[in-house]
Amino acid sequence: MDDSAKPRHTRTIRVGNLARVEGEGALYVRVKGNQVEEVRLDIFEPPRFFEAFLRGRNFAEVPDITARICGICPVAYQMSSCQALEAALGLEVGGQLKALRRLLYCGEWIESHTLHIYFLHLPDFLGYPDAVRLAQDQPERIKRALQLKKTGNELMTLLGGREIHPINVKVGGFYRVPRKAELLAVRDKLEQAREIALETVRFVAGLNFPDLKPDYTFVSLREEGAYPILQGRIVSNRGLDIPVSAFEQHFQEEHVPHSNALHATLSGQPYLVGPLARYNLNYDLLPAPLQSLAKEVGLGPVCRNPFQSIVVRALETLYACEEALRLMGEYEEPDAPSLPVVPKAATGAGCSEAPRGILYHRYQMDQQGLITEAKIVPPTSQNQKMIEEDLRQFVAAHLELPKPELTLRCEQTIRNYDPCISCATHFLRLEMEHET
Amino acid sequence: MPGKHKPTLAVWKFASCDGCQLSLLDCEDELLAVAGAVTIAHFLEASSAVLPGPYDLSLVEGSITTPHDAERIQAIRKNSRFLVAIGACATAGGIQALRNFADVEAFTRVVYARPEYIQTLQHSSAISEHVKVDFELRGCPVNKAQLLEVISAFLHKRKPNIPPHSVCLECKARGTVCVMVAQGIPCLGPVTQAGCGAICPAYQRGCYGCFGPQENPNTVALSAWWTHLGVDETAQQRAFRTYNAGAQAFSKEAARHG
Ligand code: SF4
Ligand code: SF4
Repeated sequence: MDDSAKPRHTRTIRVGNLARVEGEGALYVRVKGNQVEEVRLDIFEPPRFFEAFLRGRNFAEVPDITARICGICPVAYQMSSCQALEAALGLEVGGQLKALRRLLYCGEWIESHTLHIYFLHLPDFLGYPDAVRLAQDQPERIKRALQLKKTGNELMTLLGGREIHPINVKVGGFYRVPRKAELLAVRDKLEQAREIALETVRFVAGLNFPDLKPDYTFVSLREEGAYPILQGRIVSNRGLDIPVSAFEQHFQEEHVPHSNALHATLSGQPYLVGPLARYNLNYDLLPAPLQSLAKEVGLGPVCRNPFQSIVVRALETLYACEEALRLMGEYEEPDAPSLPVVPKAATGAGCSEAPRGILYHRYQMDQQGLITEAKIVPPTSQNQKMIEEDLRQFVAAHLELPKPELTLRCEQTIRNYDPCISCATHFLRLEMEHET
Repeated sequence: MPGKHKPTLAVWKFASCDGCQLSLLDCEDELLAVAGAVTIAHFLEASSAVLPGPYDLSLVEGSITTPHDAERIQAIRKNSRFLVAIGACATAGGIQALRNFADVEAFTRVVYARPEYIQTLQHSSAISEHVKVDFELRGCPVNKAQLLEVISAFLHKRKPNIPPHSVCLECKARGTVCVMVAQGIPCLGPVTQAGCGAICPAYQRGCYGCFGPQENPNTVALSAWWTHLGVDETAQQRAFRTYNAGAQAFSKEAARHG
């Protein structure tokens, strides 16, 4: 039955299991007449209690443990953890050790962005259920995509020991640093990867995008003189400019009844983190050729269309390839793989740019270096309110669409975000009360 | 092969980080070949096409932590010809099994402002505690090559060739000098199952046991060695309580310390 013909009635959209997102979730939208009454992104991801069981662990174990929050961006968890603990201990990991961290992180951006672009997001634009079926019609494209992704993974394996849950990251630096020759061995592959990334930018820029330009509050890091990956100040397009240590004074997490997740807000308002936010707040820090490329493919310095996040991801992938090549070229083997670390009672915060947006950690430890309190705010929890807001606007503007199509477009709206539901350390499931 | 039934593959997720199923997508060189040999019938992380069961091979990632999941795994078992548990979460309860040694209500209060909304079980348990599993593949995360071996073994109806020996043998094969003997770095390699290729010692650190206990590990002898290296009791307990805290040999050894 086409219930759109009867606008007075209640219409619901339910997607029982969202596909092509990381982790498991569901969507529920209820429309009454011309009003969108309720939008919920349901998370069934069961609680895993990281913040609780980190208490009592030694600080040195933290980066290995927090990596397990998310298999898709473990490096982000390791970097935010290490930086928070180093801030507490008053350590500054600089020079080539910092450069190696950035290089490792570039590997994760390449791998994770490529996964999202080709495997999770692109099939929507081309009308396929997945990249494997897409590969039957366009084998070359998917083979090239796999090669690009593999290069990101190889970089992670070289610096981290393996691509999922790297074992080589520690508070103060690394367990072992690579020889220059080891790095140069992947140089050719990265040069090929750069070509594929460039092709990807041009290709995805030519997709059809629905017209949507919400007036987002963007939040990202702003790193001194470089496109933000590892660290920086937290900034917004509405004038926010704070050190990481002030995060909790401005951002709140709420656990409200009738909501299914902890929602982060910025002074009570929803905001957006991730590639679009990074791009809009740091366009000036992209190398000039990338800025021209962005113009050439129709992006410009401001891009507010969430569907075009696929183009921004592609640009960032290209950036990560180029940045990795630059870092490799400048690499000199450091004297020691890590700085000496002496535990003390202290608190520290750290934040880095996971592929999906800023990831905030804070730890408190005692004199022996045992953690007494941990707080982790992942990107998906920060975007959750904004995803629901986008869905609300999208549904309100497209009430005339037949239900199957509207449902599909809602799913696509969610996939714009690359929500990483398993990284949502403290999402929870909550049964809704339904109107009778 | 024309006329022949292509086996169906399903991938399921419970409490986990997604890393083990991601390992399948990380098999870049083999992924399209795998996709050619099986019909991907249910793999939500990768595809929105979902075919109804029964499935020839189900790969299960993650541990059971909620009443709803305890029911869901039963339905999956009924619908699967072979069921393989992949990763430390599915074979030992994963890192989330650390709750098994604590008070879950206290945990809930630490993380959530409104603990009354949380539905969770006191224990995080392995898949085999709920249903019969045909094979368990260890690792946090699983090793890609081993994952491919398991898939192809089941498709060809043979036993997977997954060696049960310890990480030490892999160090020897790789030519890594023992970090514990030569440098006095505490290492769980002697009691941990091989499979990773002995990555940690090659990166100048001790194994932290992410593949779980090997068959019949002598954990008591290892602890004595760690004591000799100066590792205190609580640190020894923590070492056995990580990603495979719920595996019997490790939980038993952990209980002796602390
Ligand atoms: S075993 Fe480790 S890698 Fe696999 S799902 Fe669990 S936490 Fe992730
Ligand atoms: S912790 Fe042990 S089993 Fe895990 S990767 Fe390191 S050496 Fe291998």
